Amino acid sequence: MGKAALSALIALFSSAGVLAESAGADPYQLNLTKGVTDISAQVYDLHMTIFYICVAIGVVVFGAMLYAMVFHRKSKGVKPAHFHESVKVEVAWTIIPFIILIFMAVPAAKTLIAMEDTSEADVTILVTGSQWKWHYKYMDNDLEYYSLLATRPEQIGGKYEKGRNYLLEVDRPLVIPTDKKVRFLITSDDVIHSWWVPDFAVKKDANPGFINEAWTKVNEPGIYRGQCAELCGKDHGFMPVVVIAKEPAEYNAWVADQAAAQRRAKEEEQKLLAMNMDMGELMSVGEKVYQSACAACHMPNGEGLPGVFPALKGSKIALTDMPKHIDIVVNGVSGTAMQAFGKQLSLKELAAVITYERNAWGNNTGETVQAKDVNAVMTGK
Amino acid sequence: MSTVADDLHHDDHHDHKPSGIKRWLYTTNHKDIGTLYLWFAFIMFLIGGAMAMVIRAELFQPGLQIVDPNFFNQMTTVHGLIMVFGAVMPAFTGLANWMVPLMIGAPDMALPRMNNWSFWILPFAFLILLSSLFLEGGGPNFGWTFYAPLSTTYSNDSTALFVFSVHIMGASSIMGAINVIVTIFNMRAPGMTWMKMPLFVWTWLITAFLLIAVMPVLAGAVTMVLTDKFFGTSFFDAAGGGDPVMFQHIFWFFGHPEVYIMILPAFGIISQIVPTFSRKPLFGYSSMVYATTSIALLSFIVWAHHMFTTGMPLFAEMFFMFATMLISVPTGVKVFNWVATMWRGAISFEVPMLFALAFIVLFTLGGFSGLMLAITPVDFQYHDTYFVVAHFHYVLVTGAVFSIMAAVYYWLPKWTGKMYDETLAKWHFWCSLISVNVLFFPMHFVGLAGMPRRIPDYSLQFADFNQWISIGGFAFGLSQFIFLALLLKACRKEGEPVSDKVWDGAEGLEWEIPSPAPYHTFETPPVVK
Amino acid sequence: MSEQQYQKYYVPAQSPWPFVGAVALFLIAVGAGNFVIETTKGKEGFGGWILLAGLVVLFYMLIGWFKNQIDESMSGMHSEQLGRSYRQGMSWFIFSEVMFFAAFFGALFYARVIAVPWLGGASNNAMTAEVLWPGFEAIWPLVKTPDGTTTTAMGWFGLPLANTIILLTSSVTAHFAHVALEENKRGRLKLMLGLTILLGLCFLGLQVEEYVHAYREMGLTLQSGVYGNTFFMLTGFHGLHVTLGTLLLIIMFFRVLKGHFSPQNQFAFQAASWYWHFVDVVWVLLFVFVYIL
Ligand code: HEA
Ligand code: HEA
Ligand code: HEC
Ligand code: CUA
Ligand SMILES: [Cu+2]
Repeated sequence: MGKAALSALIALFSSAGVLAESAGADPYQLNLTKGVTDISAQVYDLHMTIFYICVAIGVVVFGAMLYAMVFHRKSKGVKPAHFHESVKVEVAWTIIPFIILIFMAVPAAKTLIAMEDTSEADVTILVTGSQWKWHYKYMDNDLEYYSLLATRPEQIGGKYEKGRNYLLEVDRPLVIPTDKKVRFLITSDDVIHSWWVPDFAVKKDANPGFINEAWTKVNEPGIYRGQCAELCGKDHGFMPVVVIAKEPAEYNAWVADQAAAQRRAKEEEQKLLAMNMDMGELMSVGEKVYQSACAACHMPNGEGLPGVFPALKGSKIALTDMPKHIDIVVNGVSGTAMQAFGKQLSLKELAAVITYERNAWGNNTGETVQAKDVNAVMTGK
Repeated sequence: MSTVADDLHHDDHHDHKPSGIKRWLYTTNHKDIGTLYLWFAFIMFLIGGAMAMVIRAELFQPGLQIVDPNFFNQMTTVHGLIMVFGAVMPAFTGLANWMVPLMIGAPDMALPRMNNWSFWILPFAFLILLSSLFLEGGGPNFGWTFYAPLSTTYSNDSTALFVFSVHIMGASSIMGAINVIVTIFNMRAPGMTWMKMPLFVWTWLITAFLLIAVMPVLAGAVTMVLTDKFFGTSFFDAAGGGDPVMFQHIFWFFGHPEVYIMILPAFGIISQIVPTFSRKPLFGYSSMVYATTSIALLSFIVWAHHMFTTGMPLFAEMFFMFATMLISVPTGVKVFNWVATMWRGAISFEVPMLFALAFIVLFTLGGFSGLMLAITPVDFQYHDTYFVVAHFHYVLVTGAVFSIMAAVYYWLPKWTGKMYDETLAKWHFWCSLISVNVLFFPMHFVGLAGMPRRIPDYSLQFADFNQWISIGGFAFGLSQFIFLALLLKACRKEGEPVSDKVWDGAEGLEWEIPSPAPYHTFETPPVVK
Repeated sequence: MSEQQYQKYYVPAQSPWPFVGAVALFLIAVGAGNFVIETTKGKEGFGGWILLAGLVVLFYMLIGWFKNQIDESMSGMHSEQLGRSYRQGMSWFIFSEVMFFAAFFGALFYARVIAVPWLGGASNNAMTAEVLWPGFEAIWPLVKTPDGTTTTAMGWFGLPLANTIILLTSSVTAHFAHVALEENKRGRLKLMLGLTILLGLCFLGLQVEEYVHAYREMGLTLQSGVYGNTFFMLTGFHGLHVTLGTLLLIIMFFRVLKGHFSPQNQFAFQAASWYWHFVDVVWVLLFVFVYIL
């Protein structure tokens, strides 16, 4: 379960800052990236080949047109010719483009076949999109976590200055090994998303209920950034993908570390059940969790978006029915955008955020919710 | 061709038009209905354009400034819907209404009352669509392609209104198309054989076939969205054995022919204008007809090129890639024929010709980017980025919309009897031409550099180009006010009177009737030799 | 085509009916939209009433427009060429209906041949079955959906077969009615047309019974996964078309009683009978693809 301790992870990832950044930040980048895999290089070459062919055809066609516009104009006193047919010419300009197309189709087919061959992978990762975050699960290790946008809302709103990786930074990036064939199993929990990293030339839709496969084999360690590429609702623009490629040895150490950390976090959670947290702690943790996990829909002020996302401020459920409140947050409301947070947040975080919702914005119930209350709902008492 | 002018001048005398508002509400006259369609389309173009201005203003710089993301998505969606179904399609239908009967020597459309019906349901459909923006939760916000399940389980309730308004738009298009087909099949003047028909008539005939074949499929798609959202079906939900990608197949089976619906009549228009101002017959008339037919047929087997990233099996990706590439061949034939028509002609550069020339170059540019998109492995990089947005605005704005403007300048003197204001027209052309490229060309760059479409905010590296794009957008929008001014002047019948055959190189029945075209024409059919 | 005589074409004068029809469709769309929201989301509103008003206006429009049309036709204002326009218009309308059904048949084939097998792991979806839907069995009819909803499949024997025979027979009687009209045998015409209508009504009655049976006893509903979805959407839209066709035939019956139509002047009759044959063909396809296979 994705309940790793946040701080430890961030510390680990921040060391990644020393790694080479991909060259994606040039404000006058005009062209496709070459990327860092053999496939992405092939794709780039294909793109350039076809581009040059189009330019060549354009030069011929527009050249002829320009010539006619300059030399065959009425103001020059030319008398118009009368021809209006020529089978030979017409056949020629049907067949020649056709042949050109074949020259494009052959390399395109080759690259495509290579891209779709996901067999014999060394590492398999299940990538699940949901509104508006990515979830990564290492199929061969006991490790999984969510990855959310890390840019501060104040930067988006223009209150703070925008950082270097504005909108392209996440709290917990995906980590993969270099020089290994990594297979991605891509799916979604709600609407269609699309997992895209330009440097790998991988873009695959995440369809709810189906699994798509893609793969990559990264040649250079580094940080690679992409974005969700399918309209997935309100915050489609705020759903970046960040991947860190590490040398295999480093990668293995990282995975072992993370898996251990997740195990430890789970054990700690059990201890929590016996403890009571006080209101102050719950509210301060709760506010943080709320702003990162819930505010996208229910809005930072708890007022929601009328007709789309319900307000929690003054909501009957948040003011009265506590078990129902816990149930909704833990299990979600199926058939709506309200997802199940039981597997996304730790017991402590759940307890805190529910307490927060019951006491913020004038929802003054004065009640605290403890980890054991949440656990009771989760396990069905 | 024929000599019918005397006969028609005689008709002038009992040229009684009904007056007042009823003239327009109850009309069965193809010219009135054509005018209604054209004005409706223009108003929709302004409304859809105003929404594009909202989009461009928000994207002027990074960060969220003007609108919230939910509203931004509504703007994108409704902009797309309005431009496609409200501006371009009705404008073409309006031109067909005005010109097809005149070009084939028919007294009116074949089914005049249905003609009125198919127009008047349109404003109502868009009234519903636009008013849904003011409901709680807002209007449609799932893109003009309304992919499930974003448009089903995860949409707001106004989806029901969206669905029914699309039904009405579809009904309107189907009725309009039936009318065009029947008119062309059944009302051609004696001697107007198939291979003598002007190309605008041909392209519209084929467009009408496409419309009848695919609009009902769109109706089916929205119906399934309705039942999935409100009545518990699971066509697009894996949990019940359906598939969200199935929606995309059904939608694009409609959607791809739809984009050719928006370009074939444009091809027709350009094929009328280029010979006129080159003073030389159209090169390769019959190959133009065959090319149009091939494009239409091919358009039914390429739909999944919009879905390369959905995870189709390899053979399907290959098939749709190759089929899509093939469309370049007949389209190329058209482009080459236009250039060959100009070759050794005596070209002059009146405004309709200027727009037509801009069309040829800029549409071809859009075609090239289309071909690049067709290459599956590279489309993985382009898909859902601004590169796609650049592609389709080149084929739609500098393609379809420019052709409509060319057509309006070409036939306006015939409609009003007066030459339009040429100074304004030249200003309109040059301002539009320059600004439209500032607007859409840099979209290729940001797209290739990795900017996704349908986002209200973007990372810093895209900031500079987006500023250019927005400035180009505002300039292009303002340029359209010149057009508006020109049209208003034309409607007040200002300007020099023109002769029957407005352009010295023009050929065809429409130039043999008086200018302005009398309210009733060809009550007795002309004979085409 | 262009060899033929070109007659003076009848271009109708102004008519209020299309505009009335546009208002009707407007009310229907607004009403239906709100009605759907209100009934399924339990909201308050006037959707149902607006819808009803729209239907009333539509009905008013149809009566007015048809009456107008019939009067013109009876007073001989319709030339042969105009008749051709009507016939061609009707055929293309029917073609558009075919394409509407094609969307739903397409959904059926896609679900059956592609989506359900993929959910079971076919093609490039091995991991879909393994990770997301272990234990799901891809069979058609899909009596158990991936999320576990169960239902029963509708057999073809019995009621559906009876309905097939009824509808096929009605197509034959409709044809004989037309022959009788061509030969100007009014008695036979009335008999055959009457029979066709009766058979149509029988079909509808039996279909209602089938639906009741499906809902009450078989647990087969519109919500039972993609099998139930396609079953009810296809047969439902078909049933709607049969209803419409029967109404048209009933109108024709009254016009025949009033002595309308002749071997030369019979567009409306022909249109109704074409429509009937179309509805019949759709049923045969339905019977094969929804029930038997
Ligand atoms: C008028 C509308 C119009 C037209 C005419 C076209 C024309 C073409 N389109 Fe485009 N297209 C759209 C409107 C249009 N498109 C829209 C609206 C979308 C986006 C929808 C959405 O997602 O919202 C889209 C998206 C789109 C995609 C999906 C991209 C993606 O989402 O990933 C693809 C992929 O194949 C594509 C391909 C093509 C091709 C190959 C043509 C061809 O027809 C072009 C053929 C023309 C030429 C090639 C130029 C002239 C030819 C020559 C001079 C001859 C010689 C040339 C060669 C041999 C190269 N289009
Ligand atoms: C024929 C169709 C057509 C036309 C003509 C246009 C015209 C324009 N389009 Fe659009 N567009 C689409 C079809 C079209 N578009 C489609 C199908 C989509 C995809 C939607 C989707 O993703 O679902 C799209 C998406 C789209 C986007 C991407 C949005 C996104 O992905 O989030 C953008 C962004 O810049 C854009 C811009 C423009 C601009 C600036 C114009 C300009 O040409 C408009 C110019 C006209 C005017 C501006 C009107 C006149 C002026 C006024 C009324 C006064 C106001 C003027 C000022 C304040 C200056 N369009
Ligand atoms: C992706 C959007 C989204 C996110 C993120 C989200 N919610 Fe919700 N939430 C919804 C929607 C939609 C509903 C309404 C569900 C319904 O229709 O019953 C809802 C309903 C609720 C309700 C019931 C409110 C009522 O009055 O009915 C509560 C409580 C709630 N959410 C709490 C939370 C908490 C706590 C979080 C974060 C940990 C959260 N939500 C995150 C979309 C979201
Ligand atoms: Cu997720 Cu867009
Ligand atoms: Cu397409």
